[in-house]
Amino acid sequence: MSKPAITITDLTVAYDRHPAVHHLSGTIAAGSLTAIVGPNGAGKSTLLKSIVGLMRPSEGTIRFTGLKSRDIAYLPQQAEIDRSFPITVADTVALGHWHKIGIWRAITGTHWVTVEDALEKVGLKGFGPRPVAQLSTGQFQRVLFARLLVQDTRLILLDEPFSAIDERTTADLMAIINFWHGAGRTVVAVLHDIDEVKSHFPDTLLMARELVAWGPTPEVLTDKNLHRARALSDTWALRQKLQTHDHGHHAQREEGTA
Amino acid sequence: MHLYAQFIAPFADYGFMRRALIACLALALGSGPIGTFLVLRRMSLMGDAMSHAILPGAAIGFLVAGLSLWAMSLGGLAVGLAVALLAGLISRVTDLREDASLAGFYLISLAAGVLIVSLRGSNVDLLHVLFGSILSVDNEALLLVAGIASLTLVTLALIYRPLVAECFDPGFLRAVAGRGSLYHVIFLVFVVLNLVAGFQALGTLMAVGLMMLPAAAARFWAIEVWSLAALSVVMAFISGWAGLLISYHYDLPSGPAIILTAGLFYLGSILLGRYGSIRARFWPGAHFHEH
Repeated sequence: MSKPAITITDLTVAYDRHPAVHHLSGTIAAGSLTAIVGPNGAGKSTLLKSIVGLMRPSEGTIRFTGLKSRDIAYLPQQAEIDRSFPITVADTVALGHWHKIGIWRAITGTHWVTVEDALEKVGLKGFGPRPVAQLSTGQFQRVLFARLLVQDTRLILLDEPFSAIDERTTADLMAIINFWHGAGRTVVAVLHDIDEVKSHFPDTLLMARELVAWGPTPEVLTDKNLHRARALSDTWALRQKLQTHDHGHHAQREEGTA
Repeated sequence: MHLYAQFIAPFADYGFMRRALIACLALALGSGPIGTFLVLRRMSLMGDAMSHAILPGAAIGFLVAGLSLWAMSLGGLAVGLAVALLAGLISRVTDLREDASLAGFYLISLAAGVLIVSLRGSNVDLLHVLFGSILSVDNEALLLVAGIASLTLVTLALIYRPLVAECFDPGFLRAVAGRGSLYHVIFLVFVVLNLVAGFQALGTLMAVGLMMLPAAAARFWAIEVWSLAALSVVMAFISGWAGLLISYHYDLPSGPAIILTAGLFYLGSILLGRYGSIRARFWPGAHFHEH
Protein backbone atom coordinates (compact mmCIF):
# COMPACT_ATOMS: atom_id res chain seq x y z
CA MET A 1 0.00 0.00 0.00
CA SER A 2 1.22 3.52 -0.77
CA LYS A 3 1.32 6.42 1.67
CA PRO A 4 -1.90 8.01 2.90
CA ALA A 5 -2.86 11.33 1.30
CA ILE A 6 -5.83 11.98 3.58
CA THR A 7 -6.29 10.60 7.07
CA ILE A 8 -9.76 10.90 8.58
CA THR A 9 -10.09 10.34 12.29
CA ASP A 10 -13.42 9.97 14.09
CA LEU A 11 -15.08 12.56 11.81
CA THR A 12 -18.55 13.86 12.64
CA VAL A 13 -20.14 16.62 10.56
CA ALA A 14 -23.60 17.87 11.50
CA TYR A 15 -26.28 20.15 10.11
CA ASP A 16 -28.23 21.70 12.95
CA ARG A 17 -27.02 18.98 15.34
CA HIS A 18 -28.17 16.23 12.96
CA PRO A 19 -25.03 14.38 11.99
CA ALA A 20 -24.64 13.81 8.26
CA VAL A 21 -21.32 12.05 8.78
CA HIS A 22 -20.98 10.13 12.03
CA HIS A 23 -17.71 8.99 13.69
CA LEU A 24 -16.03 8.05 10.42
CA SER A 25 -12.37 7.03 10.27
CA GLY A 26 -10.06 5.82 7.53
CA THR A 27 -7.38 6.79 5.02
CA ILE A 28 -7.29 7.62 1.33
CA ALA A 29 -4.01 6.47 -0.17
CA ALA A 30 -1.96 8.81 -2.34
CA GLY A 31 -2.58 8.01 -6.01
CA SER A 32 -5.70 5.96 -5.31
CA LEU A 33 -8.97 6.11 -7.22
CA THR A 34 -11.79 5.90 -4.68
CA ALA A 35 -15.56 5.91 -5.07
CA ILE A 36 -17.82 7.08 -2.24
CA VAL A 37 -21.09 5.16 -2.34
CA GLY A 38 -24.18 5.02 -0.14
CA PRO A 39 -27.94 5.57 -0.03
CA ASN A 40 -29.48 9.03 -0.45
CA GLY A 41 -28.72 11.28 2.50
CA ALA A 42 -25.81 9.08 3.54
CA GLY A 43 -23.50 12.07 3.97
CA LYS A 44 -21.38 11.43 0.87
CA SER A 45 -21.41 15.03 -0.38
CA THR A 46 -20.94 16.29 3.18
CA LEU A 47 -17.84 14.15 3.56
CA LEU A 48 -16.47 15.58 0.31
CA LYS A 49 -17.27 19.15 1.37
CA SER A 50 -15.51 18.60 4.68
CA ILE A 51 -12.39 17.43 2.87
CA VAL A 52 -12.49 20.55 0.64
CA GLY A 53 -12.95 22.69 3.74
CA LEU A 54 -16.44 23.94 2.85
CA MET A 55 -17.85 22.46 6.08
CA ARG A 56 -16.26 22.31 9.47
CA PRO A 57 -16.26 19.06 11.43
CA SER A 58 -18.18 19.00 14.71
CA GLU A 59 -15.75 16.39 15.96
CA GLY A 60 -12.69 14.59 14.68
CA THR A 61 -10.07 15.65 12.16
CA ILE A 62 -9.11 15.44 8.50
CA ARG A 63 -5.36 15.50 7.99
CA PHE A 64 -3.51 15.86 4.69
CA THR A 65 -0.07 14.45 4.06
CA GLY A 66 2.00 16.59 1.71
CA LEU A 67 -1.04 18.44 0.35
CA LYS A 68 -1.84 22.12 0.69
CA SER A 69 -5.26 23.60 0.06
CA ARG A 70 -4.16 24.75 -3.40
CA ASP A 71 -3.40 21.12 -4.32
CA ILE A 72 -7.11 20.29 -4.06
CA ALA A 73 -9.63 20.68 -6.88
CA TYR A 74 -13.34 20.23 -6.30
CA LEU A 75 -16.21 19.59 -8.70
CA PRO A 76 -19.48 20.72 -7.07
CA GLN A 77 -22.82 19.18 -7.96
CA GLN A 78 -24.29 20.88 -11.01
CA ALA A 79 -27.37 21.92 -9.05
CA GLU A 80 -25.16 24.24 -6.98
CA ILE A 81 -24.04 26.21 -10.05
CA ASP A 82 -26.13 28.87 -11.81
CA ARG A 83 -26.04 27.53 -15.36
CA SER A 84 -28.05 30.46 -16.72
CA PHE A 85 -25.27 32.84 -15.61
CA PRO A 86 -23.94 35.07 -18.42
CA ILE A 87 -20.37 33.80 -18.66
CA THR A 88 -18.48 32.24 -21.56
CA VAL A 89 -17.07 28.73 -21.66
CA ALA A 90 -13.51 30.08 -21.88
CA ASP A 91 -13.95 32.36 -18.85
CA THR A 92 -15.40 29.48 -16.84
CA VAL A 93 -12.45 27.23 -17.64
CA ALA A 94 -10.00 30.10 -17.00
CA LEU A 95 -11.26 30.25 -13.40
CA GLY A 96 -9.21 27.07 -12.98
CA HIS A 97 -6.12 29.31 -13.00
CA TRP A 98 -7.33 30.94 -9.78
CA HIS A 99 -4.22 30.20 -7.73
CA LYS A 100 -2.05 31.77 -10.43
CA ILE A 101 -4.24 34.79 -11.26
CA GLY A 102 -5.89 35.50 -7.91
CA ILE A 103 -8.26 38.42 -7.78
CA TRP A 104 -6.30 41.04 -9.72
CA ARG A 105 -3.68 39.49 -11.99
CA ALA A 106 -4.35 39.41 -15.73
CA ILE A 107 -5.14 36.21 -17.61
CA THR A 108 -2.36 36.12 -20.19
CA GLY A 109 -1.74 34.35 -23.49
CA THR A 110 -0.19 31.24 -21.96
CA HIS A 111 -3.15 30.90 -19.60
CA TRP A 112 -5.52 30.96 -22.57
CA VAL A 113 -3.44 28.31 -24.35
CA THR A 114 -3.95 25.99 -21.35
CA VAL A 115 -7.67 26.76 -21.47
CA GLU A 116 -7.86 25.87 -25.19
CA ASP A 117 -5.91 22.65 -24.61
CA ALA A 118 -8.23 21.64 -21.77
CA LEU A 119 -11.30 22.32 -23.92
CA GLU A 120 -9.85 20.16 -26.68
CA LYS A 121 -9.17 17.33 -24.22
CA VAL A 122 -12.81 17.29 -23.11
CA GLY A 123 -14.04 17.36 -26.72
CA LEU A 124 -15.18 20.99 -26.79
CA LYS A 125 -12.61 22.51 -29.14
CA GLY A 126 -13.80 25.90 -30.35
CA PHE A 127 -16.53 26.25 -27.70
CA GLY A 128 -14.60 28.98 -25.84
CA PRO A 129 -16.62 32.06 -26.90
CA ARG A 130 -20.02 30.43 -26.29
CA PRO A 131 -22.14 31.36 -23.26
CA VAL A 132 -22.52 28.42 -20.85
CA ALA A 133 -26.29 28.91 -20.85
CA GLN A 134 -26.40 27.42 -24.36
CA LEU A 135 -24.75 24.15 -23.33
CA SER A 136 -26.45 20.84 -22.59
CA THR A 137 -25.98 19.25 -19.17
CA GLY A 138 -23.34 16.91 -20.58
CA GLN A 139 -21.45 19.69 -22.34
CA PHE A 140 -21.51 21.78 -19.18
CA GLN A 141 -20.01 18.90 -17.21
CA ARG A 142 -17.26 18.67 -19.85
CA VAL A 143 -16.57 22.37 -19.25
CA LEU A 144 -16.23 21.77 -15.51
CA PHE A 145 -13.83 18.91 -16.21
CA ALA A 146 -11.81 21.25 -18.43
CA ARG A 147 -11.60 23.62 -15.46
CA LEU A 148 -10.33 20.74 -13.31
CA LEU A 149 -7.69 19.99 -15.97
CA VAL A 150 -6.59 23.63 -15.83
CA GLN A 151 -6.45 23.51 -12.03
CA ASP A 152 -4.02 20.63 -12.46
CA THR A 153 -3.99 19.51 -8.82
CA ARG A 154 -2.77 16.40 -7.05
CA LEU A 155 -6.07 15.72 -5.29
CA ILE A 156 -9.33 15.82 -7.24
CA LEU A 157 -12.72 15.55 -5.52
CA LEU A 158 -15.78 14.94 -7.69
CA ASP A 159 -19.35 15.25 -6.41
CA GLU A 160 -21.70 13.16 -8.60
CA PRO A 161 -19.75 13.78 -11.80
CA PHE A 162 -22.02 11.54 -13.91
CA SER A 163 -25.53 12.28 -12.65
CA ALA A 164 -28.00 13.16 -15.45
CA ILE A 165 -25.31 12.75 -18.10
CA ASP A 166 -25.46 10.66 -21.28
CA GLU A 167 -23.39 7.50 -21.76
CA ARG A 168 -20.94 8.92 -24.25
CA THR A 169 -20.08 11.91 -22.06
CA THR A 170 -19.72 9.60 -19.07
CA ALA A 171 -17.28 7.43 -21.03
CA ASP A 172 -15.24 10.47 -22.17
CA LEU A 173 -15.09 11.91 -18.66
CA MET A 174 -14.22 8.49 -17.21
CA ALA A 175 -11.25 8.48 -19.62
CA ILE A 176 -10.08 11.76 -18.10
CA ILE A 177 -10.43 10.32 -14.58
CA ASN A 178 -8.35 7.34 -15.70
CA PHE A 179 -5.78 9.73 -17.14
CA TRP A 180 -5.50 11.44 -13.74
CA HIS A 181 -5.26 8.05 -12.01
CA GLY A 182 -2.54 6.96 -14.45
CA ALA A 183 -0.61 10.17 -13.73
CA GLY A 184 -0.57 9.35 -10.01
CA ARG A 185 -3.21 11.88 -8.93
CA THR A 186 -5.51 11.04 -6.04
CA VAL A 187 -9.14 10.99 -7.18
CA VAL A 188 -12.21 10.67 -4.95
CA ALA A 189 -15.70 10.63 -6.52
CA VAL A 190 -19.21 10.43 -5.08
CA LEU A 191 -21.17 8.06 -7.32
CA HIS A 192 -24.59 6.44 -7.61
CA ASP A 193 -24.15 3.77 -10.25
CA ILE A 194 -22.83 0.63 -8.52
CA ASP A 195 -21.93 -1.06 -11.84
CA GLU A 196 -19.83 1.93 -12.85
CA VAL A 197 -17.98 1.79 -9.54
CA LYS A 198 -17.37 -1.95 -9.94
CA SER A 199 -15.89 -1.58 -13.41
CA HIS A 200 -13.78 1.57 -12.96
CA PHE A 201 -12.94 2.28 -9.32
CA PRO A 202 -10.38 0.07 -7.53
CA ASP A 203 -11.33 1.36 -4.05
CA THR A 204 -14.69 2.10 -2.49
CA LEU A 205 -15.95 3.77 0.66
CA LEU A 206 -19.49 2.61 1.47
CA MET A 207 -21.25 4.77 4.03
CA ALA A 208 -24.64 5.48 5.55
CA ARG A 209 -23.66 8.35 7.82
CA GLU A 210 -21.46 5.80 9.59
CA LEU A 211 -18.80 3.87 7.76
CA VAL A 212 -20.11 0.54 6.42
CA ALA A 213 -17.02 -0.71 4.62
CA TRP A 214 -13.87 0.76 3.07
CA GLY A 215 -11.29 -1.00 0.91
CA PRO A 216 -10.91 -2.76 -2.44
CA THR A 217 -14.19 -2.45 -4.35
CA PRO A 218 -14.98 -6.22 -4.73
CA GLU A 219 -14.68 -6.69 -0.97
CA VAL A 220 -16.78 -3.62 -0.16
CA LEU A 221 -19.67 -3.88 -2.60
CA THR A 222 -21.03 -7.20 -1.41
CA ASP A 223 -24.77 -7.82 -1.10
CA LYS A 224 -24.38 -8.05 2.63
CA ASN A 225 -22.69 -4.64 2.95
CA LEU A 226 -25.14 -2.93 0.59
CA HIS A 227 -28.02 -4.37 2.56
CA ARG A 228 -26.48 -3.13 5.80
CA ALA A 229 -26.01 0.37 4.37
CA ARG A 230 -29.67 0.50 3.42
CA ALA A 231 -30.79 -0.77 6.83
CA LEU A 232 -28.57 1.76 8.62
CA SER A 233 -29.89 4.57 6.48
CA ASP A 234 -33.49 3.58 7.31
CA THR A 235 -32.72 3.47 11.01
CA TRP A 236 -31.17 6.93 10.84
CA ALA A 237 -34.16 8.33 9.00
CA LEU A 238 -36.45 6.88 11.65
CA ARG A 239 -34.30 8.23 14.46
CA GLN A 240 -34.24 11.65 12.90
CA LYS A 241 -38.02 11.57 12.64
CA LEU A 242 -38.34 10.73 16.33
CA GLN A 243 -35.82 13.48 17.17
CA THR A 244 -34.14 11.24 19.68
CA HIS A 245 -30.62 11.77 18.53
CA ASP A 246 -28.74 13.97 20.94
CA HIS A 247 -25.41 13.26 22.45
CA GLY A 248 -23.87 16.65 22.57
CA HIS A 249 -22.93 17.44 19.00
CA HIS A 250 -22.74 21.16 18.64
CA ALA A 251 -24.91 22.75 16.03
CA GLN A 252 -23.20 23.40 12.72
CA ARG A 253 -25.03 25.30 10.06
CA GLU A 254 -23.93 25.56 6.46
CA GLU A 255 -25.66 26.03 3.17
CA GLY A 256 -26.01 23.03 0.88
CA THR A 257 -27.42 19.55 1.14
CA ALA A 258 -26.42 16.64 3.26
CA MET B 1 -33.36 74.24 -34.86
CA HIS B 2 -36.51 72.42 -33.87
CA LEU B 3 -34.50 69.41 -32.65
CA TYR B 4 -32.23 71.70 -30.69
CA ALA B 5 -35.23 73.27 -28.94
CA GLN B 6 -36.66 69.84 -28.17
CA PHE B 7 -33.61 67.96 -26.94
CA ILE B 8 -30.81 70.36 -26.04
CA ALA B 9 -32.21 73.78 -25.19
CA PRO B 10 -33.78 72.88 -21.83
CA PHE B 11 -30.35 71.79 -20.59
CA ALA B 12 -28.50 74.70 -22.20
CA ASP B 13 -30.91 77.26 -20.80
CA TYR B 14 -31.42 76.09 -17.23
CA GLY B 15 -28.83 75.19 -14.60
CA PHE B 16 -31.22 72.98 -12.64
CA MET B 17 -31.83 70.87 -15.76
CA ARG B 18 -28.08 70.50 -16.32
CA ARG B 19 -27.50 69.44 -12.73
CA ALA B 20 -30.39 66.98 -12.96
CA LEU B 21 -28.91 65.50 -16.14
CA ILE B 22 -25.47 65.11 -14.56
CA ALA B 23 -27.09 63.55 -11.48
CA CYS B 24 -28.79 61.03 -13.80
CA LEU B 25 -25.45 60.23 -15.43
CA ALA B 26 -23.82 59.62 -12.04
CA LEU B 27 -26.77 57.55 -10.82
CA ALA B 28 -26.70 55.49 -14.02
CA LEU B 29 -22.96 54.80 -13.67
CA GLY B 30 -23.36 53.52 -10.11
CA SER B 31 -26.77 51.88 -10.20
CA GLY B 32 -26.40 50.14 -13.57
CA PRO B 33 -23.65 47.71 -12.54
CA ILE B 34 -25.09 47.25 -9.02
CA GLY B 35 -28.51 46.44 -10.50
CA THR B 36 -26.89 43.98 -12.91
CA PHE B 37 -25.38 42.03 -10.03
CA LEU B 38 -28.66 42.17 -8.08
CA VAL B 39 -30.44 40.59 -11.06
CA LEU B 40 -27.73 37.97 -11.49
CA ARG B 41 -27.80 37.09 -7.79
CA ARG B 42 -31.60 36.78 -7.94
CA MET B 43 -31.84 39.58 -5.40
CA SER B 44 -34.01 41.97 -7.44
CA LEU B 45 -36.56 42.30 -4.67
CA MET B 46 -33.80 42.79 -2.15
CA GLY B 47 -33.05 46.17 -3.75
CA ASP B 48 -36.68 47.12 -3.35
CA ALA B 49 -36.73 46.09 0.30
CA MET B 50 -33.51 47.95 1.03
CA SER B 51 -34.83 51.12 -0.57
CA HIS B 52 -37.66 51.10 1.96
CA ALA B 53 -35.32 50.25 4.80
CA ILE B 54 -33.30 53.47 4.43
CA LEU B 55 -36.41 55.59 5.03
CA PRO B 56 -36.36 55.72 8.86
CA GLY B 57 -32.67 56.65 8.81
CA ALA B 58 -33.37 59.49 6.43
CA ALA B 59 -36.36 60.45 8.55
CA ILE B 60 -34.29 60.57 11.74
CA GLY B 61 -31.73 62.72 9.93
CA PHE B 62 -34.60 64.95 8.83
CA LEU B 63 -35.98 65.12 12.35
CA VAL B 64 -32.61 66.13 13.79
CA ALA B 65 -31.36 68.51 11.12
CA GLY B 66 -34.27 69.32 8.82
CA LEU B 67 -33.80 68.94 5.07
CA SER B 68 -30.05 68.46 5.40
CA LEU B 69 -28.40 66.41 2.70
CA TRP B 70 -25.66 64.94 4.87
CA ALA B 71 -27.80 64.15 7.92
CA MET B 72 -30.41 62.36 5.82
CA SER B 73 -27.78 60.48 3.79
CA LEU B 74 -25.83 59.31 6.82
CA GLY B 75 -29.02 58.28 8.60
CA GLY B 76 -30.23 56.35 5.55
CA LEU B 77 -26.88 54.68 5.13
CA ALA B 78 -26.65 53.63 8.79
CA VAL B 79 -30.15 52.18 8.99
CA GLY B 80 -29.93 50.57 5.53
CA LEU B 81 -26.72 48.76 6.46
CA ALA B 82 -28.09 47.77 9.84
CA VAL B 83 -31.19 46.22 8.27
CA ALA B 84 -29.15 44.36 5.63
CA LEU B 85 -26.72 42.96 8.18
CA LEU B 86 -29.39 42.16 10.78
CA ALA B 87 -31.48 40.31 8.19
CA GLY B 88 -28.43 38.28 7.16
CA LEU B 89 -27.53 37.58 10.79
CA ILE B 90 -31.06 36.53 11.76
CA SER B 91 -31.23 34.10 8.86
CA ARG B 92 -27.96 32.55 10.04
CA VAL B 93 -28.82 32.12 13.72
CA THR B 94 -32.50 31.24 13.34
CA ASP B 95 -34.55 29.09 10.97
CA LEU B 96 -36.01 32.09 9.15
CA ARG B 97 -34.81 32.47 5.57
CA GLU B 98 -33.03 35.65 4.53
CA ASP B 99 -35.82 36.99 2.30
CA ALA B 100 -38.42 36.56 5.04
CA SER B 101 -36.29 38.18 7.73
CA LEU B 102 -35.45 41.03 5.36
CA ALA B 103 -39.15 41.55 4.62
CA GLY B 104 -39.84 41.70 8.34
CA PHE B 105 -37.15 44.28 9.00
CA TYR B 106 -37.91 46.54 6.08
CA LEU B 107 -41.63 46.67 6.87
CA ILE B 108 -40.82 47.71 10.43
CA SER B 109 -38.38 50.30 9.05
CA LEU B 110 -40.88 51.69 6.58
CA ALA B 111 -43.59 52.12 9.20
CA ALA B 112 -41.10 53.67 11.63
CA GLY B 113 -39.91 56.04 8.91
CA VAL B 114 -43.40 57.28 8.02
CA LEU B 115 -44.16 57.70 11.72
CA ILE B 116 -41.01 59.71 12.38
CA VAL B 117 -41.57 62.02 9.40
CA SER B 118 -45.16 62.67 10.46
CA LEU B 119 -43.96 63.61 13.99
CA ARG B 120 -42.51 66.76 12.61
CA GLY B 121 -42.78 67.55 8.94
CA SER B 122 -45.78 68.17 6.77
CA ASN B 123 -47.06 65.94 4.00
CA VAL B 124 -44.92 67.91 1.59
CA ASP B 125 -41.79 66.82 3.47
CA LEU B 126 -42.91 63.21 3.40
CA LEU B 127 -43.48 63.43 -0.34
CA HIS B 128 -39.98 64.83 -0.74
CA VAL B 129 -38.44 61.93 1.14
CA LEU B 130 -40.52 59.33 -0.68
CA PHE B 131 -40.23 60.76 -4.18
CA GLY B 132 -37.18 63.05 -4.04
CA SER B 133 -36.78 65.99 -6.36
CA ILE B 134 -34.16 65.66 -9.03
CA LEU B 135 -34.85 69.20 -10.25
CA SER B 136 -33.70 70.64 -6.93
CA VAL B 137 -30.40 68.76 -6.84
CA ASP B 138 -27.72 71.26 -5.77
CA ASN B 139 -23.96 71.10 -6.23
CA GLU B 140 -23.48 69.46 -2.85
CA ALA B 141 -25.92 66.66 -3.66
CA LEU B 142 -24.31 66.29 -7.07
CA LEU B 143 -20.95 65.81 -5.41
CA LEU B 144 -22.36 63.12 -3.13
CA VAL B 145 -23.99 61.23 -5.99
CA ALA B 146 -20.89 61.49 -8.18
CA GLY B 147 -18.65 60.44 -5.29
CA ILE B 148 -20.73 57.34 -4.61
CA ALA B 149 -20.77 56.45 -8.31
CA SER B 150 -16.98 56.76 -8.55
CA LEU B 151 -16.40 54.70 -5.43
CA THR B 152 -18.84 52.06 -6.73
CA LEU B 153 -17.09 51.71 -10.09
CA VAL B 154 -13.61 51.49 -8.55
CA THR B 155 -14.70 48.93 -5.93
CA LEU B 156 -16.59 46.79 -8.42
CA ALA B 157 -13.52 46.76 -10.65
CA LEU B 158 -11.39 45.60 -7.70
CA ILE B 159 -13.71 42.75 -6.64
CA TYR B 160 -15.13 41.95 -10.09
CA ARG B 161 -13.57 38.51 -10.50
CA PRO B 162 -14.52 37.02 -7.11
CA LEU B 163 -17.95 38.66 -7.28
CA VAL B 164 -18.66 37.04 -10.65
CA ALA B 165 -17.26 33.71 -9.45
CA GLU B 166 -19.36 33.86 -6.31
CA CYS B 167 -22.59 34.48 -8.24
CA PHE B 168 -21.86 31.77 -10.78
CA ASP B 169 -20.32 28.99 -8.71
CA PRO B 170 -20.14 29.81 -4.97
CA GLY B 171 -18.80 26.37 -4.02
CA PHE B 172 -15.85 26.78 -6.37
CA LEU B 173 -14.91 30.21 -5.06
CA ARG B 174 -15.06 29.07 -1.45
CA ALA B 175 -12.98 26.02 -2.27
CA VAL B 176 -10.20 28.01 -3.99
CA ALA B 177 -10.31 31.33 -2.16
CA GLY B 178 -12.32 30.83 1.03
CA ARG B 179 -14.62 33.54 2.40
CA GLY B 180 -16.93 34.32 -0.49
CA SER B 181 -19.21 36.03 2.02
CA LEU B 182 -16.71 38.92 2.29
CA TYR B 183 -17.53 39.94 -1.28
CA HIS B 184 -21.22 39.51 -0.59
CA VAL B 185 -21.01 41.97 2.31
CA ILE B 186 -18.99 44.52 0.32
CA PHE B 187 -21.59 44.25 -2.42
CA LEU B 188 -24.47 44.81 0.04
CA VAL B 189 -22.76 47.94 1.35
CA PHE B 190 -22.68 49.31 -2.18
CA VAL B 191 -26.32 48.42 -2.81
CA VAL B 192 -27.24 50.59 0.18
CA LEU B 193 -24.80 53.38 -0.80
CA ASN B 194 -26.28 53.61 -4.29
CA LEU B 195 -29.81 53.64 -2.96
CA VAL B 196 -28.84 56.50 -0.66
CA ALA B 197 -27.39 58.32 -3.68
CA GLY B 198 -30.57 57.71 -5.66
CA PHE B 199 -32.87 58.72 -2.86
CA GLN B 200 -31.52 62.29 -2.88
CA ALA B 201 -32.59 62.67 -6.46
CA LEU B 202 -35.46 60.29 -6.95
CA GLY B 203 -36.68 59.51 -3.43
CA THR B 204 -36.63 56.17 -1.64
CA LEU B 205 -39.45 54.70 -3.69
CA MET B 206 -38.06 55.60 -7.11
CA ALA B 207 -34.32 55.12 -6.51
CA VAL B 208 -34.58 51.39 -6.93
CA GLY B 209 -36.31 51.81 -10.31
CA LEU B 210 -33.23 53.22 -11.99
CA MET B 211 -31.27 50.33 -10.49
CA MET B 212 -33.52 47.41 -11.44
CA LEU B 213 -35.40 48.31 -14.63
CA PRO B 214 -32.37 48.90 -16.91
CA ALA B 215 -30.56 45.89 -15.43
CA ALA B 216 -33.56 43.62 -16.02
CA ALA B 217 -34.01 45.02 -19.54
CA ALA B 218 -30.33 44.44 -20.38
CA ARG B 219 -30.80 40.71 -19.71
CA PHE B 220 -32.62 40.53 -23.06
CA TRP B 221 -29.77 42.08 -25.05
CA ALA B 222 -26.41 41.03 -23.60
CA ILE B 223 -24.84 37.72 -22.54
CA GLU B 224 -21.80 38.69 -20.52
CA VAL B 225 -21.60 40.44 -17.16
CA TRP B 226 -19.57 43.43 -18.36
CA SER B 227 -21.80 44.06 -21.38
CA LEU B 228 -24.92 43.72 -19.22
CA ALA B 229 -23.54 46.32 -16.83
CA ALA B 230 -22.50 48.68 -19.65
CA LEU B 231 -25.90 48.40 -21.32
CA SER B 232 -27.66 49.00 -18.00
CA VAL B 233 -25.68 52.23 -17.59
CA VAL B 234 -26.59 53.40 -21.11
CA MET B 235 -30.28 52.61 -20.69
CA ALA B 236 -30.41 54.20 -17.24
CA PHE B 237 -28.81 57.38 -18.55
CA ILE B 238 -31.07 57.61 -21.61
CA SER B 239 -34.05 57.07 -19.29
CA GLY B 240 -32.86 59.97 -17.16
CA TRP B 241 -32.31 62.24 -20.16
CA ALA B 242 -35.60 61.37 -21.88
CA GLY B 243 -37.51 61.46 -18.59
CA LEU B 244 -36.22 64.94 -17.83
CA LEU B 245 -37.22 66.19 -21.29
CA ILE B 246 -40.71 64.68 -20.99
CA SER B 247 -41.08 66.21 -17.57
CA TYR B 248 -39.92 69.61 -18.92
CA HIS B 249 -42.04 69.71 -22.07
CA TYR B 250 -45.24 68.29 -20.61
CA ASP B 251 -44.92 69.70 -17.10
CA LEU B 252 -44.92 66.28 -15.43
CA PRO B 253 -43.13 65.23 -12.22
CA SER B 254 -39.57 64.27 -13.17
CA GLY B 255 -38.98 61.21 -10.94
CA PRO B 256 -41.91 59.18 -12.26
CA ALA B 257 -41.18 60.35 -15.83
CA ILE B 258 -37.63 58.96 -15.55
CA ILE B 259 -38.71 55.65 -14.02
CA LEU B 260 -41.54 55.22 -16.54
CA THR B 261 -39.08 55.78 -19.39
CA ALA B 262 -36.89 53.07 -17.88
CA GLY B 263 -40.08 51.00 -17.69
CA LEU B 264 -40.59 51.48 -21.43
CA PHE B 265 -37.09 50.12 -22.04
CA TYR B 266 -37.96 47.15 -19.88
CA LEU B 267 -41.27 46.40 -21.60
CA GLY B 268 -39.74 46.94 -25.03
CA SER B 269 -36.91 44.54 -24.19
CA ILE B 270 -39.32 41.86 -23.01
CA LEU B 271 -41.11 42.10 -26.36
CA LEU B 272 -38.24 42.64 -28.77
CA GLY B 273 -34.99 41.68 -27.03
CA ARG B 274 -32.40 39.56 -28.78
CA TYR B 275 -32.18 36.78 -26.18
CA GLY B 276 -35.10 35.04 -24.52
CA SER B 277 -37.69 37.71 -25.35
CA ILE B 278 -41.19 37.10 -26.65
CA ARG B 279 -40.01 37.85 -30.20
CA ALA B 280 -37.01 35.51 -29.85
CA ARG B 281 -39.31 32.83 -28.53
CA PHE B 282 -42.17 32.97 -31.02
CA TRP B 283 -40.49 34.44 -34.14
CA PRO B 284 -36.95 33.18 -33.81
CA GLY B 285 -36.10 33.45 -37.54
CA ALA B 286 -34.26 30.74 -39.41
CA HIS B 287 -32.31 28.36 -37.20
CA PHE B 288 -28.59 27.84 -37.55
CA HIS B 289 -27.16 24.81 -39.31
CA GLU B 290 -24.03 23.55 -37.66
CA HIS B 291 -21.45 21.52 -39.52
